[in-house]
Amino acid sequence: MTMRFPNLSSPHVTARDGVGVMMRRVLYALVPGTAACVAFFGWGVLVNIAVASITALASEALMLRVRGRPVAPFLMDGSALLTAALLALALPSLAPWWLTVVATAFAIVIAKQLYGGLGYNPFNPAMIGYVVVLISFPKEMTSWLTPHLGGQLDLLQTLAVQFGGHFPSSLHLDAISSATPLDTMKTQLKLSRTLTEIQAGPAFGSFGGVGWEWVGLGYLAGGLWLLYRGVIRWHIPLGVLGGLAVMALIFNMVDSDSYATPLVHLFSGGAMLGAFFIATDPITASTTERGRLIYGAGIGIFTYIIRTWGGYPDGIAFAVLLMNMAAPTIDYYTRPRVFGDATKTESSE
Amino acid sequence: MTGEHVRLWRFHGGLHLPEHKAESTGTPIAGVRLPKRLILPLQQHIGEPAELAVEVGQRVLKGQVIARASGYVSVPIHASTSGTVVDVGEHAVPHPSGLSAPCVVIEPDGQDEWAQTQPIQDYRELDPSALRNRIREAGIVGLGGAGFPSFIKLNPGARGQVETLILNGAECEPYITCDDMLMRERPAEVLEGARIMRHALHAARCVIGIEDNKHEAYAALREALRQADDDSIDVVQVPTIYPGGGEKQLIRVITGKEVPSHGLPLDVGIVCHNVATAAAVCGAVEQGRPLISRAVTVTGHGVHTPQNMEVLIGTPISELVEWAGGYTKQASRLILGGPMMGFTLTHDDLPVIRTTNCILAAGAKEAPEPPPAMPCIRCGACAEVCPALLLPQQLYWFSRAREFDKTQDYHLFDCIECGCCAYVCPSHIPLVQYYRFAKTEIWAQEREKRKADQARRRHEFHLERLAREKAEREERMRKKKAALKKPAAGAADPKKAAIEAALNRVKAKKSEAAVEPRNVEDLTEEQRQQIAAVEARRKQLAESGNAGADSDKN
Repeated sequence: MTMRFPNLSSPHVTARDGVGVMMRRVLYALVPGTAACVAFFGWGVLVNIAVASITALASEALMLRVRGRPVAPFLMDGSALLTAALLALALPSLAPWWLTVVATAFAIVIAKQLYGGLGYNPFNPAMIGYVVVLISFPKEMTSWLTPHLGGQLDLLQTLAVQFGGHFPSSLHLDAISSATPLDTMKTQLKLSRTLTEIQAGPAFGSFGGVGWEWVGLGYLAGGLWLLYRGVIRWHIPLGVLGGLAVMALIFNMVDSDSYATPLVHLFSGGAMLGAFFIATDPITASTTERGRLIYGAGIGIFTYIIRTWGGYPDGIAFAVLLMNMAAPTIDYYTRPRVFGDATKTESSE
Repeated sequence: MTGEHVRLWRFHGGLHLPEHKAESTGTPIAGVRLPKRLILPLQQHIGEPAELAVEVGQRVLKGQVIARASGYVSVPIHASTSGTVVDVGEHAVPHPSGLSAPCVVIEPDGQDEWAQTQPIQDYRELDPSALRNRIREAGIVGLGGAGFPSFIKLNPGARGQVETLILNGAECEPYITCDDMLMRERPAEVLEGARIMRHALHAARCVIGIEDNKHEAYAALREALRQADDDSIDVVQVPTIYPGGGEKQLIRVITGKEVPSHGLPLDVGIVCHNVATAAAVCGAVEQGRPLISRAVTVTGHGVHTPQNMEVLIGTPISELVEWAGGYTKQASRLILGGPMMGFTLTHDDLPVIRTTNCILAAGAKEAPEPPPAMPCIRCGACAEVCPALLLPQQLYWFSRAREFDKTQDYHLFDCIECGCCAYVCPSHIPLVQYYRFAKTEIWAQEREKRKADQARRRHEFHLERLAREKAEREERMRKKKAALKKPAAGAADPKKAAIEAALNRVKAKKSEAAVEPRNVEDLTEEQRQQIAAVEARRKQLAESGNAGADSDKN
């Protein structure tokens, strides 16, 4: 009797790392930045992550079922959790629970699943969710804890604020919440104060916003680890940070009293989180090497423009969404030279 | 030139794969064993199948031609040992689609008796075309896997000088070690083959490229060069990056040149042959022996004792597996070739042919069931590893959507199906399968289109002919009508006159024919006389007035 074997297509071996491994590694890389966030902005950060995660998994499962797709493999891929985490980290630490729920549900249901689920969404779901609540609930989106007061609310008090809107009698919202450094900078500049005066204020630390600079360093560390592990490539982060820094440098050199230094821009707001974790979402980004540089630089430049002359203190989310729109076109015009294509000049790497 | 200072280039992408080479390099290449029968397909090369030259029952000698080359891109097939032809007919052959093809089946007689061979003392005395002919007659094809007749690739042609002859000893696919072992054990033959090939090509330079994981093969070749006091051949170690043994990739690494897309190495003055092919060329020229055996790697967790063995062409794969200790319990996939580009065999009752380099009986852990494919997340890992600098994920979207025009815009046909993209894909999408699908669909469409074009041309020609015939007919009709419309124009019109004359002739004939005598065989004398009298009267009448003819007509 001869043995029978299955007929299968080559290659017969594959690397073991799947989508789930990638997503989980990105989640691990968020740990240092998240820890810094918790240290400066309190328990609310973790509460946000928990609320967003539960909402994301529930919405994802519901939508998969409605769409008649297998639920388990897609829940296990970690993409919904990652969207939830990124969104939660972008929200103010004392955001009311329903804000987080609305943002996350919108991100998963509308921005991801209605477009066809994992791999088919043209826009970054976390940024869509963020922008929706930013436009709809501007007041709630500004309730950031003053960084040095982060440790003053314990977990129970935080839960009471976020779920019940009850502030501890000793403190009042106005006393503990503050504008972000970028917000402060914007409003103060409008009052014709110089940057030197503004940065001497309590909202600013040694090179960025108080607390924010450490959060930024945390994301930077996580991002560098992702680069090291090969989960992301350098093109997009370099593009984002480079675009932002170059813009800041140019205008700072022109008028250092009205335009902040590159360092302030890089270590304030969502620059580091955006550059390493949000802009690098492969599904919505450009896929060619040159394209990724252009895509990243576009985000950096748009972020600077929105921060400096736009209506919002930070511009990462809008910049990412704008460049998401441009990604297919960028890809089309940055196709690499095919091996042996004599019509284009030969590169000798 | 020692080869140590040769500058190397890089090619884009590629992978560092688990090598799995050590499993089969522990023992020397096992000697030839006689199988119970040999199955020799008439086509073991790219091109036209060879033409059968033996019949059932005939005794053949080892090395005897059993099928002759037919056409230019073709080579003869030889008996791998002496014996009797017991069957000629369709037999399953190693093919990705599991096809059958015409084969000659030989039952060995155990004597292994050689047909007469004609060794050549000094190849340098032969001119290149005679050398090429010898190599063709020996049935030598590319032993690296493609099986293209080697003599064609040893013809520099009219296109110009061959600058570099490259011998490919990279053997980049995991598991496969037959070239490695051949270089270790028979370096002198490889080098002599290189010299012969170089002579045939008039190549200025000759380089042997070996991946830097094959130290022993490298050392063996260097030592053989030293002993021969030959410094005309470079032996270089190239980085172990899959698919560094791909022809275009190796050429790039060694010379920095890129073979043009849709072009040949010859276009950039390079010819590339496999090291095993070189050894076979040496045997064909020095000993006059045709290609009747080759080294094959039998490996994987699926066999008990992985090893290399010298195998007669036509030996059933089942025998190879048996000689390697048989299948283990883990054996779950039978692959011809390597794990990256090889194809699966559904059973082992298939012969080893000239291009068979490896039988990989993979265990379930080595070649696990592919996990279910997830959606593409456009991570671009595929593009990073693509040695052809393609955008695999774009090709995937277009293939899936059956947008075949776009796949061609994105250079689908530059894909060498190396499998790097599918290997790294985090969504485990069988990308290569999609590209093969798109390629076959495009070929089918082109065939259809050619057929349709031909049919359309034929149809158009047919319509044209009908139209022409109709026009001609109408023209004739028109002329006739015109002629009838013009009433008796008199003798002035030569046509009219001709017609009238013709009419008269017809009338005259008719009047004669009308009275053609019938039943005149058995007449009496009296009757004959009567008839003669009537005829005379009739003649008189006819002569008296032709004018009466018109009234006859009516």
